[in-house]
Amino acid sequence: MDFFTESFRSAFELITANDPEVISAVTVSVSVSLWSTLFASIIGIPAGVAVGAYQFPGKRGIVTLLNTLMALPTVVVGLGVYGVLSRQGPMGELGLLFTPQAMIIGQTLLAIPIIAHNTVSAVTGANPCIIPTAMTLGAGPLQSMIKLVSEVRFGIMAAVIAGLGRVIAEVGVAMILGGNIRGHTRTMTTAIAMETGKGEFAFGLALGIILMGIALIINLFLNTLQQR
Amino acid sequence: MKTTLSITLVFVLLLSLYSSAIAEERLKMSTTTSTQDSGLLKVLLPPFEKNNNCRVDVIAVGTGQALKLGEAGDVDLVFVHARKLEDKFMTDGFGVNRRDVMYNDFVIIGPQNDPAGIAKAGSSAKALQMIAAKESNFISRGDKSGTHTKEKELWQAARISPKGRWYIEAGQGMGPVITMATERRGYTLTDRGTYNAFKNQKTDLKILYQGEKGLFNPYGIMAVNPKKHPHVKYDLAMRFIEYVTGPEGLKIIAQYKAHGEPVFFIFKK
Repeated sequence: MDFFTESFRSAFELITANDPEVISAVTVSVSVSLWSTLFASIIGIPAGVAVGAYQFPGKRGIVTLLNTLMALPTVVVGLGVYGVLSRQGPMGELGLLFTPQAMIIGQTLLAIPIIAHNTVSAVTGANPCIIPTAMTLGAGPLQSMIKLVSEVRFGIMAAVIAGLGRVIAEVGVAMILGGNIRGHTRTMTTAIAMETGKGEFAFGLALGIILMGIALIINLFLNTLQQR
Repeated sequence: MKTTLSITLVFVLLLSLYSSAIAEERLKMSTTTSTQDSGLLKVLLPPFEKNNNCRVDVIAVGTGQALKLGEAGDVDLVFVHARKLEDKFMTDGFGVNRRDVMYNDFVIIGPQNDPAGIAKAGSSAKALQMIAAKESNFISRGDKSGTHTKEKELWQAARISPKGRWYIEAGQGMGPVITMATERRGYTLTDRGTYNAFKNQKTDLKILYQGEKGLFNPYGIMAVNPKKHPHVKYDLAMRFIEYVTGPEGLKIIAQYKAHGEPVFFIFKK
Protein backbone atom coordinates (compact mmCIF):
# COMPACT_ATOMS: atom_id res chain seq x y z
CA MET A 1 0.00 0.00 0.00
CA ASP A 2 2.96 2.22 0.74
CA PHE A 3 3.80 2.40 -2.94
CA PHE A 4 0.44 3.87 -3.93
CA THR A 5 0.14 6.33 -1.07
CA GLU A 6 3.70 7.45 -1.81
CA SER A 7 2.75 7.91 -5.50
CA PHE A 8 -0.30 10.02 -4.74
CA ARG A 9 1.61 12.06 -2.21
CA SER A 10 4.41 12.77 -4.65
CA ALA A 11 1.91 13.53 -7.45
CA PHE A 12 0.31 16.09 -5.18
CA GLU A 13 3.69 17.54 -4.25
CA LEU A 14 4.71 17.81 -7.89
CA ILE A 15 1.52 19.67 -8.77
CA THR A 16 1.91 22.14 -5.95
CA ALA A 17 5.68 22.57 -6.43
CA ASN A 18 5.45 23.88 -10.02
CA ASP A 19 8.48 21.80 -10.88
CA PRO A 20 9.85 23.28 -14.15
CA GLU A 21 10.72 19.86 -15.57
CA VAL A 22 7.23 18.52 -14.96
CA ILE A 23 5.68 21.66 -16.44
CA SER A 24 7.88 21.31 -19.50
CA ALA A 25 6.94 17.62 -19.92
CA VAL A 26 3.24 18.49 -19.58
CA THR A 27 3.58 21.33 -22.12
CA VAL A 28 5.38 19.11 -24.62
CA SER A 29 2.87 16.28 -24.16
CA VAL A 30 -0.14 18.54 -24.57
CA SER A 31 1.11 20.66 -27.44
CA VAL A 32 2.53 17.77 -29.46
CA SER A 33 -0.61 15.68 -29.07
CA LEU A 34 -2.95 18.61 -29.81
CA TRP A 35 -1.04 19.42 -33.00
CA SER A 36 -1.00 15.77 -34.06
CA THR A 37 -4.72 15.44 -33.41
CA LEU A 38 -5.39 18.64 -35.35
CA PHE A 39 -3.43 17.47 -38.40
CA ALA A 40 -4.85 13.95 -38.18
CA SER A 41 -8.37 15.43 -38.02
CA ILE A 42 -7.74 17.60 -41.08
CA ILE A 43 -6.81 14.46 -43.02
CA GLY A 44 -8.86 11.81 -41.24
CA ILE A 45 -12.29 13.47 -41.00
CA PRO A 46 -12.74 14.30 -44.72
CA ALA A 47 -11.32 10.89 -45.66
CA GLY A 48 -13.67 9.17 -43.22
CA VAL A 49 -16.69 11.14 -44.44
CA ALA A 50 -15.87 10.35 -48.06
CA VAL A 51 -15.42 6.64 -47.38
CA GLY A 52 -18.52 6.51 -45.17
CA ALA A 53 -20.91 8.47 -47.37
CA TYR A 54 -20.19 6.96 -50.77
CA GLN A 55 -20.51 3.48 -52.16
CA PHE A 56 -17.63 2.47 -54.40
CA PRO A 57 -15.74 -0.69 -55.30
CA GLY A 58 -13.05 -1.53 -52.75
CA LYS A 59 -14.81 0.32 -49.94
CA ARG A 60 -14.90 -2.77 -47.76
CA GLY A 61 -11.17 -3.24 -48.34
CA ILE A 62 -10.42 0.32 -47.26
CA VAL A 63 -12.48 -0.06 -44.10
CA THR A 64 -10.65 -3.30 -43.27
CA LEU A 65 -7.35 -1.54 -43.92
CA LEU A 66 -8.32 1.29 -41.55
CA ASN A 67 -9.33 -1.29 -38.97
CA THR A 68 -5.95 -2.95 -39.25
CA LEU A 69 -4.02 0.31 -39.14
CA MET A 70 -5.72 1.12 -35.83
CA ALA A 71 -3.70 -1.75 -34.42
CA LEU A 72 -0.38 -0.29 -35.64
CA PRO A 73 2.16 -0.61 -32.86
CA THR A 74 3.49 2.82 -31.93
CA VAL A 75 7.10 1.64 -32.14
CA VAL A 76 6.52 0.49 -35.72
CA VAL A 77 5.25 3.95 -36.70
CA GLY A 78 8.19 5.40 -34.81
CA LEU A 79 10.72 3.23 -36.62
CA GLY A 80 9.15 3.87 -40.03
CA VAL A 81 9.28 7.64 -39.58
CA TYR A 82 12.75 7.30 -38.04
CA GLY A 83 13.99 5.69 -41.26
CA VAL A 84 12.63 8.60 -43.25
CA LEU A 85 13.84 11.40 -40.98
CA SER A 86 17.28 10.05 -40.06
CA ARG A 87 20.20 11.73 -41.81
CA GLN A 88 20.55 8.50 -43.76
CA GLY A 89 16.93 8.63 -44.86
CA PRO A 90 15.22 10.43 -47.74
CA MET A 91 14.23 13.44 -45.62
CA GLY A 92 17.38 13.57 -43.54
CA GLU A 93 18.34 16.98 -44.92
CA LEU A 94 15.59 18.59 -42.86
CA GLY A 95 17.26 17.55 -39.62
CA LEU A 96 13.93 16.81 -37.98
CA LEU A 97 14.87 13.71 -35.99
CA PHE A 98 14.75 14.27 -32.21
CA THR A 99 12.54 17.36 -32.45
CA PRO A 100 8.90 17.94 -31.44
CA GLN A 101 8.08 18.23 -35.15
CA ALA A 102 9.21 14.64 -35.70
CA MET A 103 6.97 13.51 -32.86
CA ILE A 104 4.03 15.39 -34.40
CA ILE A 105 4.60 13.62 -37.74
CA GLY A 106 4.66 10.20 -36.09
CA GLN A 107 1.68 10.82 -33.84
CA THR A 108 -0.33 12.26 -36.73
CA LEU A 109 0.18 9.03 -38.66
CA LEU A 110 -0.86 7.14 -35.56
CA ALA A 111 -4.08 9.10 -35.11
CA ILE A 112 -5.25 9.28 -38.75
CA PRO A 113 -6.61 5.68 -38.95
CA ILE A 114 -8.39 6.04 -35.61
CA ILE A 115 -10.05 9.32 -36.51
CA ALA A 116 -10.85 8.19 -40.08
CA HIS A 117 -12.27 4.85 -38.98
CA ASN A 118 -14.42 6.30 -36.22
CA THR A 119 -15.65 8.95 -38.66
CA VAL A 120 -16.59 6.21 -41.13
CA SER A 121 -18.55 4.48 -38.37
CA ALA A 122 -20.32 7.70 -37.41
CA VAL A 123 -21.24 8.49 -41.01
CA THR A 124 -22.34 4.92 -41.75
CA GLY A 125 -24.54 4.96 -38.69
CA ALA A 126 -26.28 8.18 -39.73
CA ASN A 127 -29.66 8.21 -41.36
CA PRO A 128 -29.04 7.24 -45.03
CA CYS A 129 -31.77 9.68 -46.12
CA ILE A 130 -29.80 12.79 -45.12
CA ILE A 131 -27.95 13.27 -48.39
CA PRO A 132 -30.86 12.41 -50.75
CA THR A 133 -33.22 14.58 -48.70
CA ALA A 134 -30.82 17.52 -48.75
CA MET A 135 -30.35 17.06 -52.49
CA THR A 136 -34.11 17.06 -53.20
CA LEU A 137 -34.42 20.19 -51.09
CA GLY A 138 -32.04 21.83 -53.53
CA ALA A 139 -28.69 21.53 -51.79
CA GLY A 140 -25.55 20.93 -53.86
CA PRO A 141 -23.27 17.93 -53.17
CA LEU A 142 -21.00 20.00 -50.91
CA GLN A 143 -23.89 21.52 -48.98
CA SER A 144 -25.52 18.15 -48.42
CA MET A 145 -22.15 16.84 -47.25
CA ILE A 146 -21.89 19.68 -44.73
CA LYS A 147 -25.42 18.86 -43.59
CA LEU A 148 -24.39 15.23 -43.10
CA VAL A 149 -21.30 16.20 -41.09
CA SER A 150 -23.29 18.50 -38.85
CA GLU A 151 -25.78 15.66 -38.23
CA VAL A 152 -23.01 13.30 -37.10
CA ARG A 153 -20.83 15.92 -35.35
CA PHE A 154 -21.00 14.08 -32.02
CA GLY A 155 -19.66 10.93 -33.60
CA ILE A 156 -16.88 12.90 -35.26
CA MET A 157 -16.04 14.62 -31.98
CA ALA A 158 -15.80 11.19 -30.38
CA ALA A 159 -13.43 10.18 -33.19
CA VAL A 160 -11.20 13.18 -32.48
CA ILE A 161 -11.20 12.45 -28.76
CA ALA A 162 -10.27 8.83 -29.42
CA GLY A 163 -7.38 10.02 -31.59
CA LEU A 164 -6.20 12.43 -28.93
CA GLY A 165 -6.40 9.71 -26.31
CA ARG A 166 -4.21 7.47 -28.41
CA VAL A 167 -1.45 10.02 -29.00
CA ILE A 168 -1.28 11.59 -25.55
CA ALA A 169 -0.92 8.16 -23.96
CA GLU A 170 1.59 6.62 -26.35
CA VAL A 171 5.29 6.29 -25.62
CA GLY A 172 6.80 4.49 -28.64
CA VAL A 173 6.71 7.33 -31.16
CA ALA A 174 7.62 9.95 -28.58
CA MET A 175 10.64 7.95 -27.40
CA ILE A 176 12.01 6.93 -30.82
CA LEU A 177 11.40 10.18 -32.70
CA GLY A 178 11.75 12.62 -29.82
CA GLY A 179 14.62 10.98 -27.99
CA ASN A 180 13.38 12.00 -24.52
CA ILE A 181 15.47 15.21 -24.51
CA ARG A 182 15.03 17.11 -21.27
CA GLY A 183 13.04 20.31 -21.68
CA HIS A 184 12.67 19.74 -25.42
CA THR A 185 11.10 16.43 -26.39
CA ARG A 186 10.54 14.85 -22.99
CA THR A 187 6.84 14.10 -22.64
CA MET A 188 4.93 12.79 -19.66
CA THR A 189 5.04 9.26 -21.03
CA THR A 190 8.75 9.21 -21.89
CA ALA A 191 9.47 10.74 -18.49
CA ILE A 192 7.45 7.92 -16.87
CA ALA A 193 9.41 5.33 -18.85
CA MET A 194 12.69 6.95 -17.80
CA GLU A 195 11.80 7.25 -14.12
CA THR A 196 10.70 3.61 -14.14
CA GLY A 197 14.09 2.70 -15.60
CA LYS A 198 15.79 4.61 -12.82
CA GLY A 199 13.79 2.62 -10.29
CA GLU A 200 11.74 5.67 -9.26
CA PHE A 201 8.47 3.78 -9.48
CA ALA A 202 6.42 6.01 -7.19
CA PHE A 203 7.62 9.12 -9.02
CA GLY A 204 6.75 7.52 -12.37
CA LEU A 205 3.27 6.68 -11.16
CA ALA A 206 2.91 10.21 -9.84
CA LEU A 207 3.60 11.52 -13.33
CA GLY A 208 1.00 9.05 -14.61
CA ILE A 209 -1.57 10.45 -12.22
CA ILE A 210 -0.83 13.97 -13.43
CA LEU A 211 -1.15 12.82 -17.06
CA MET A 212 -4.57 11.37 -16.29
CA GLY A 213 -5.55 14.68 -14.73
CA ILE A 214 -4.46 16.57 -17.84
CA ALA A 215 -6.39 14.15 -20.07
CA LEU A 216 -9.44 14.72 -17.90
CA ILE A 217 -9.15 18.50 -18.24
CA ILE A 218 -8.77 18.28 -22.04
CA ASN A 219 -11.78 15.96 -22.31
CA LEU A 220 -13.90 18.21 -20.11
CA PHE A 221 -12.93 21.09 -22.36
CA LEU A 222 -13.86 19.17 -25.53
CA ASN A 223 -17.06 18.06 -23.86
CA THR A 224 -18.02 21.68 -23.29
CA LEU A 225 -17.35 22.36 -26.96
CA GLN A 226 -19.59 19.46 -27.87
CA GLN A 227 -22.46 20.57 -25.64
CA ARG A 228 -22.80 23.93 -27.40
CA MET B 1 -19.36 30.75 -25.77
CA LYS B 2 -18.42 28.28 -28.48
CA THR B 3 -16.36 30.88 -30.31
CA THR B 4 -14.57 31.85 -27.09
CA LEU B 5 -13.60 28.22 -26.56
CA SER B 6 -12.49 27.79 -30.15
CA ILE B 7 -10.41 30.96 -29.96
CA THR B 8 -8.78 29.71 -26.77
CA LEU B 9 -7.96 26.42 -28.45
CA VAL B 10 -6.42 28.13 -31.47
CA PHE B 11 -4.49 30.44 -29.16
CA VAL B 12 -3.08 27.53 -27.17
CA LEU B 13 -2.02 25.82 -30.38
CA LEU B 14 -0.34 28.95 -31.75
CA LEU B 15 1.40 29.54 -28.45
CA SER B 16 2.80 26.03 -28.46
CA LEU B 17 4.00 26.53 -32.03
CA TYR B 18 5.69 29.75 -31.02
CA SER B 19 7.48 28.24 -28.06
CA SER B 20 8.80 25.37 -30.16
CA ALA B 21 9.93 27.83 -32.83
CA ILE B 22 12.25 29.85 -30.56
CA ALA B 23 15.56 28.85 -32.06
CA GLU B 24 18.59 28.57 -29.88
CA GLU B 25 21.52 26.75 -31.32
CA ARG B 26 21.14 23.09 -30.44
CA LEU B 27 23.92 20.60 -30.05
CA LYS B 28 22.85 16.96 -30.20
CA MET B 29 24.79 14.49 -28.12
CA SER B 30 24.12 10.79 -27.80
CA THR B 31 25.35 9.27 -24.59
CA THR B 32 24.88 6.32 -22.31
CA THR B 33 22.13 6.06 -19.75
CA SER B 34 24.71 6.04 -16.94
CA THR B 35 25.84 9.64 -17.55
CA GLN B 36 22.24 10.83 -17.54
CA ASP B 37 20.81 8.62 -14.78
CA SER B 38 23.71 9.38 -12.45
CA GLY B 39 22.66 13.03 -12.60
CA LEU B 40 26.09 14.19 -13.79
CA LEU B 41 24.81 15.89 -16.94
CA LYS B 42 22.44 18.05 -14.95
CA VAL B 43 25.42 19.84 -13.40
CA LEU B 44 27.88 19.45 -16.28
CA LEU B 45 25.78 20.95 -19.09
CA PRO B 46 24.34 24.23 -17.72
CA PRO B 47 27.63 26.23 -17.48
CA PHE B 48 28.47 25.35 -21.08
CA GLU B 49 24.96 26.11 -22.30
CA LYS B 50 25.06 29.49 -20.59
CA ASN B 51 28.49 30.51 -21.89
CA ASN B 52 27.78 29.45 -25.44
CA ASN B 53 24.13 30.45 -25.56
CA CYS B 54 23.08 27.04 -26.77
CA ARG B 55 21.21 23.95 -25.66
CA VAL B 56 22.76 20.50 -25.46
CA ASP B 57 20.12 17.94 -26.45
CA VAL B 58 20.95 14.68 -24.72
CA ILE B 59 19.79 11.41 -26.22
CA ALA B 60 20.54 8.78 -23.58
CA VAL B 61 20.69 5.25 -24.99
CA GLY B 62 23.03 2.27 -24.84
CA THR B 63 26.60 2.76 -26.09
CA GLY B 64 25.95 0.63 -29.22
CA GLN B 65 22.96 2.72 -30.24
CA ALA B 66 24.69 5.98 -29.29
CA LEU B 67 27.53 5.17 -31.71
CA LYS B 68 25.01 4.16 -34.41
CA LEU B 69 23.39 7.59 -34.09
CA GLY B 70 26.84 9.10 -34.65
CA GLU B 71 27.46 6.89 -37.67
CA ALA B 72 24.18 8.01 -39.22
CA GLY B 73 25.00 11.65 -38.49
CA ASP B 74 21.89 12.09 -36.37
CA VAL B 75 23.95 13.58 -33.53
CA ASP B 76 26.90 15.98 -33.39
CA LEU B 77 28.93 14.16 -30.77
CA VAL B 78 29.06 10.93 -28.81
CA PHE B 79 29.92 10.37 -25.13
CA VAL B 80 30.15 6.65 -24.34
CA HIS B 81 32.02 3.86 -22.57
CA ALA B 82 33.17 0.89 -24.67
CA ARG B 83 36.74 1.44 -25.77
CA LYS B 84 36.76 -1.27 -28.44
CA LEU B 85 33.57 -0.01 -30.09
CA GLU B 86 34.85 3.56 -29.84
CA ASP B 87 38.10 2.59 -31.55
CA LYS B 88 36.16 0.95 -34.37
CA PHE B 89 34.01 4.07 -34.68
CA MET B 90 37.20 6.13 -34.99
CA THR B 91 39.05 3.87 -37.45
CA ASP B 92 35.94 3.61 -39.63
CA GLY B 93 36.19 7.38 -39.94
CA PHE B 94 32.88 8.27 -38.27
CA GLY B 95 34.46 10.14 -35.39
CA VAL B 96 37.27 12.63 -34.87
CA ASN B 97 39.17 13.96 -31.86
CA ARG B 98 38.36 11.28 -29.34
CA ARG B 99 39.34 12.24 -25.79
CA ASP B 100 39.35 10.35 -22.52
CA VAL B 101 37.03 12.03 -20.04
CA MET B 102 36.60 10.03 -16.86
CA TYR B 103 36.29 6.54 -15.49
CA ASN B 104 34.72 4.40 -12.84
CA ASP B 105 34.57 0.63 -12.64
CA PHE B 106 32.27 -2.31 -13.13
CA VAL B 107 31.23 -4.49 -10.21
CA ILE B 108 29.37 -7.78 -9.98
CA ILE B 109 26.41 -7.54 -7.67
CA GLY B 110 24.16 -10.25 -6.33
CA PRO B 111 22.09 -11.38 -3.35
CA GLN B 112 23.78 -11.06 0.02
CA ASN B 113 23.75 -14.83 0.67
CA ASP B 114 25.80 -15.22 -2.55
CA PRO B 115 24.49 -18.66 -3.69
CA ALA B 116 27.40 -19.21 -6.10
CA GLY B 117 29.97 -18.02 -3.58
CA ILE B 118 31.67 -15.56 -5.94
CA ALA B 119 32.86 -13.28 -3.14
CA LYS B 120 35.84 -15.60 -2.75
CA ALA B 121 36.38 -16.05 -6.49
CA GLY B 122 39.64 -14.17 -6.85
CA SER B 123 39.04 -13.21 -10.47
CA SER B 124 36.08 -12.11 -12.52
CA ALA B 125 36.56 -15.11 -14.83
CA LYS B 126 36.39 -17.46 -11.86
CA ALA B 127 33.34 -15.62 -10.52
CA LEU B 128 31.46 -16.08 -13.80
CA GLN B 129 32.50 -19.73 -13.97
CA MET B 130 31.08 -20.27 -10.48
CA ILE B 131 27.79 -18.59 -11.43
CA ALA B 132 27.53 -20.74 -14.57
CA ALA B 133 28.41 -23.93 -12.68
CA LYS B 134 25.73 -23.25 -10.06
CA GLU B 135 23.33 -22.03 -12.75
CA SER B 136 22.46 -19.11 -10.53
CA ASN B 137 20.33 -16.45 -12.21
CA PHE B 138 22.43 -13.95 -14.11
CA ILE B 139 20.75 -10.97 -15.73
CA SER B 140 22.47 -9.72 -18.87
CA ARG B 141 21.79 -6.30 -20.36
CA GLY B 142 21.57 -7.95 -23.79
CA ASP B 143 21.34 -4.56 -25.50
CA LYS B 144 24.78 -3.95 -27.04
CA SER B 145 25.47 -1.28 -24.46
CA GLY B 146 28.93 -0.58 -23.05
CA THR B 147 28.17 -2.72 -20.03
CA HIS B 148 26.88 -5.55 -22.21
CA THR B 149 30.04 -5.34 -24.33
CA LYS B 150 32.16 -5.60 -21.20
CA GLU B 151 30.09 -8.51 -19.93
CA LYS B 152 30.60 -10.43 -23.16
CA GLU B 153 34.35 -9.82 -22.90
CA LEU B 154 34.32 -11.23 -19.38
CA TRP B 155 32.39 -14.37 -20.40
CA GLN B 156 34.85 -14.86 -23.22
CA ALA B 157 37.76 -14.52 -20.82
CA ALA B 158 36.05 -17.13 -18.63
CA ARG B 159 35.77 -19.43 -21.69
CA ILE B 160 32.03 -19.83 -21.24
CA SER B 161 29.24 -19.08 -23.67
CA PRO B 162 26.37 -18.57 -21.25
CA LYS B 163 23.19 -20.38 -22.18
CA GLY B 164 20.22 -21.75 -20.31
CA ARG B 165 17.30 -20.67 -18.19
CA TRP B 166 19.58 -19.10 -15.62
CA TYR B 167 21.07 -16.66 -18.16
CA ILE B 168 18.45 -13.95 -18.61
CA GLU B 169 18.91 -11.49 -21.45
CA ALA B 170 16.87 -8.48 -20.48
CA GLY B 171 17.43 -6.16 -23.43
CA GLN B 172 17.00 -3.19 -21.14
CA GLY B 173 18.93 -0.35 -19.51
CA MET B 174 21.08 -0.65 -16.38
CA GLY B 175 18.38 0.50 -13.99
CA PRO B 176 15.72 -1.99 -15.12
CA VAL B 177 18.33 -4.76 -15.08
CA ILE B 178 19.31 -4.03 -11.47
CA THR B 179 15.61 -4.05 -10.58
CA MET B 180 15.16 -7.35 -12.40
CA ALA B 181 18.19 -8.87 -10.69
CA THR B 182 16.77 -7.77 -7.35
CA GLU B 183 13.40 -9.36 -8.05
CA ARG B 184 14.84 -12.57 -9.48
CA ARG B 185 17.56 -12.80 -6.81
CA GLY B 186 20.23 -12.94 -9.50
CA TYR B 187 23.69 -11.62 -10.26
CA THR B 188 24.50 -8.89 -12.75
CA LEU B 189 27.36 -6.75 -13.97
CA THR B 190 26.84 -3.03 -13.39
CA ASP B 191 28.81 0.18 -13.42
CA ARG B 192 29.44 1.41 -9.91
CA GLY B 193 27.71 4.74 -10.54
CA THR B 194 24.32 3.26 -11.36
CA TYR B 195 24.64 0.74 -8.54
CA ASN B 196 25.38 3.56 -6.06
CA ALA B 197 22.24 5.32 -7.18
CA PHE B 198 20.20 2.14 -6.54
CA LYS B 199 21.72 0.69 -3.40
CA ASN B 200 19.84 0.62 -0.09
CA GLN B 201 16.57 2.17 -1.24
CA LYS B 202 15.98 0.44 -4.57
CA THR B 203 17.99 -2.75 -4.34
CA ASP B 204 19.26 -4.94 -1.53
CA LEU B 205 21.84 -6.60 -3.77
CA LYS B 206 25.44 -6.25 -2.62
CA ILE B 207 28.73 -5.81 -4.43
CA LEU B 208 30.22 -9.31 -4.40
CA TYR B 209 33.15 -8.91 -6.74
CA GLN B 210 35.16 -5.78 -7.55
CA GLY B 211 38.56 -4.18 -7.90
CA GLU B 212 40.07 -5.96 -10.87
CA LYS B 213 42.00 -4.25 -13.66
CA GLY B 214 39.72 -5.82 -16.28
CA LEU B 215 36.72 -4.13 -14.69
CA PHE B 216 38.00 -0.65 -15.52
CA ASN B 217 35.30 1.49 -17.15
CA PRO B 218 36.62 4.50 -19.07
CA TYR B 219 34.40 7.05 -20.81
CA GLY B 220 35.36 8.75 -24.04
CA ILE B 221 33.92 11.70 -25.94
CA MET B 222 34.29 12.29 -29.67
CA ALA B 223 32.92 14.55 -32.39
CA VAL B 224 31.15 13.17 -35.43
CA ASN B 225 33.38 13.56 -38.48
CA PRO B 226 32.26 16.63 -40.48
CA LYS B 227 33.86 15.10 -43.59
CA LYS B 228 31.34 12.23 -43.40
CA HIS B 229 28.44 14.41 -42.33
CA PRO B 230 28.89 18.05 -43.41
CA HIS B 231 25.75 19.17 -41.54
CA VAL B 232 27.09 18.39 -38.05
CA LYS B 233 27.87 21.28 -35.73
CA TYR B 234 31.52 20.42 -35.52
CA ASP B 235 32.80 23.72 -34.07
CA LEU B 236 30.28 23.73 -31.26
CA ALA B 237 30.88 20.02 -30.64
CA MET B 238 34.62 20.70 -30.34
CA ARG B 239 33.97 23.58 -27.97
CA PHE B 240 31.94 21.19 -25.83
CA ILE B 241 34.70 18.57 -25.91
CA GLU B 242 37.28 21.21 -24.91
CA TYR B 243 35.00 22.27 -22.08
CA VAL B 244 34.34 18.77 -20.74
CA THR B 245 37.99 17.72 -20.90
CA GLY B 246 39.24 21.15 -19.77
CA PRO B 247 39.75 22.30 -16.17
CA GLU B 248 36.18 23.54 -15.69
CA GLY B 249 34.47 20.36 -16.86
CA LEU B 250 36.87 18.00 -15.11
CA LYS B 251 36.45 19.88 -11.85
CA ILE B 252 32.67 19.45 -12.03
CA ILE B 253 33.05 15.74 -12.80
CA ALA B 254 35.53 15.15 -9.97
CA GLN B 255 33.40 17.00 -7.45
CA TYR B 256 30.08 15.43 -8.45
CA LYS B 257 28.61 13.15 -5.82
CA ALA B 258 25.48 11.01 -5.73
CA HIS B 259 24.28 9.89 -2.30
CA GLY B 260 27.46 11.37 -0.84
CA GLU B 261 29.79 9.26 -2.95
CA PRO B 262 31.79 10.20 -6.04
CA VAL B 263 30.47 8.57 -9.19
CA PHE B 264 33.17 9.29 -11.76
CA PHE B 265 36.90 9.88 -11.47
CA ILE B 266 39.14 11.95 -13.73
CA PHE B 267 42.43 10.78 -15.14
CA LYS B 268 45.53 12.05 -13.31
CA LYS B 269 47.57 14.21 -15.66
